[in-house]
Amino acid sequence: MTLKASVKEAIAGYFFILPIMLGFLVFLAFPVVASFFVSLAEWNLINDPGFAGIGNYIQLFQDPFFWTCLGNTAYFSFYAVLFGMVISLYLANLIQEAKPKGASFFKSTLFLPVILSSVAVALVWQWLLDGQMGMINHLLNMVGIPSVPWLTSPAVAMNSVIMVAVWRQIGYNMVIFLAALANVPDDLYEASSLDGASRFQTFWNVTWPLISPATFFIAVTSIINSFQVFDITTILTNGGPANSTNTLIMMIYQNGFQFFKMGYASAIAYVLFAVILIITAIQTIVSKKWVHS
Amino acid sequence: MSTLTVNKPIERAGAYFLLSVFAFLMLAPLFWALLTALKPVGAVFDDPFGLSVETWSLKSFVDVFQATPFHIYMLNTLKITAFSVLGVVATSALAGYAFAKLKFPGRDFLFMLLLATMMIPRQVTLVPTFILMKEFGLIDDHLSLILPGAISVFGMFLMKQFFITVPADYEEAAKIDGCGVLRRFFLIVLPFAKGTIATLVLLQVMAVWNDFLYPMVFLNSEMNRTLTLGLAILRGDMDTQWNMLMAAVVISNIPILVAFLVTQKFVIKGIAMTGLKG
Repeated sequence: MTLKASVKEAIAGYFFILPIMLGFLVFLAFPVVASFFVSLAEWNLINDPGFAGIGNYIQLFQDPFFWTCLGNTAYFSFYAVLFGMVISLYLANLIQEAKPKGASFFKSTLFLPVILSSVAVALVWQWLLDGQMGMINHLLNMVGIPSVPWLTSPAVAMNSVIMVAVWRQIGYNMVIFLAALANVPDDLYEASSLDGASRFQTFWNVTWPLISPATFFIAVTSIINSFQVFDITTILTNGGPANSTNTLIMMIYQNGFQFFKMGYASAIAYVLFAVILIITAIQTIVSKKWVHS
Repeated sequence: MSTLTVNKPIERAGAYFLLSVFAFLMLAPLFWALLTALKPVGAVFDDPFGLSVETWSLKSFVDVFQATPFHIYMLNTLKITAFSVLGVVATSALAGYAFAKLKFPGRDFLFMLLLATMMIPRQVTLVPTFILMKEFGLIDDHLSLILPGAISVFGMFLMKQFFITVPADYEEAAKIDGCGVLRRFFLIVLPFAKGTIATLVLLQVMAVWNDFLYPMVFLNSEMNRTLTLGLAILRGDMDTQWNMLMAAVVISNIPILVAFLVTQKFVIKGIAMTGLKG
């Protein structure tokens, strides 16, 4: 009787996970494995695939455009994650400490850009940053500052992209930081203030260690997400000017679906995967020194 | 003094000031988009910075629908979002329940296998998924977005984390009454999960509604386009009609904005939860 019940339960278990396992096999496991084999091939989807060995990877590492895209993506990720985290932590701390009357208003408002599509966000900012008709340059001119070529100068464009990405991201990080801050026990703050610690000392010695798991979570997910930047750079600058904002995912899209070089596109995807894995591994190792669990 | 609360009036004023500045920085670009959409067509070029209320018109909103089949884009996005979300809720709730409450050989291994794939950037699967869809004959078919969109390892994880917290007593009582697994799941456990399901629905709606890369790769024909594709096309390569474009931005984001305003507690709670569990 008991055996029968446990067998029944096991059968039910397999049936319950069947849909997600099917989806997993077809849309995750198969593509990840297939992607690797495609990266070893030369294939335009029309002719039969030819075996290229590691040819695509060799070609990739000798392609200066790849290094440009990798550099752009790394630059974007570093600053977008850094500013996205510092500003959001500062704002979350401000709300947590001051407990302003309109706290929920501030939370919702700062969160608003997160829910909008990145395409829409990029279009709105393209309009704001337009060289001649953009509101930002107009406001700058009004206070006597000359116009800035936000999206048309190779030296400036990526910084504009980062600014827009940070604008869209901080509300998301802030919500996670706020939840972490709310979990810091009050008596620790009390003890700290009885010891005569300054606000900064309290933050550094009490708050920072206790929210470190949330900080680590945001750091890891933000880096993974920012290495996949595509929408904003495609809409805002389309990779220009002079390829200064072309990213790795854009390179995958261009090679795979504009030039139909499936093998080459897959090789880029795998290198991107490896880069993300290495960064995450380093973050995890380093985290042992500063994340308290 | 129970918490580290700022009590000095001057510091409170400073906090209000800074938060207001940031709130302004978040809202101003969106208001400017709305104002641009409300201006008469010529005005954007003649006087891009004018604010006169008397000349406001809704013509740009009408123009959007005349320049493109924007209502079709809207319906396409609605359809893809609805079916993906339905699929994600079903597959996540079923699997989440099994991983949390049922015992079967290989359970923990399969669970870890699924979790491990959360690390994989979605774009690694882009090329093979495209080839797969081509084999299935699903290119330029909304199913090419709905099917992969109907599974989410993150969603399964979210549901599992919730189901773990449901006390076993409820199910034990039902078991004694001879209640089968299916009835226990649907009648006893699932109703507890309303809040978590709401969170999952909203996070998934946001992700699918705003997706750009996948629709761009999998859809070709005009009548199959989604809102984000429509926006990108409407922008054009030169001579951007900013009034019309901003009107389209407003239209395409209104449904998601309304959904957010009605349910923001769930969204914010859900996102906060992902960070704490991570």
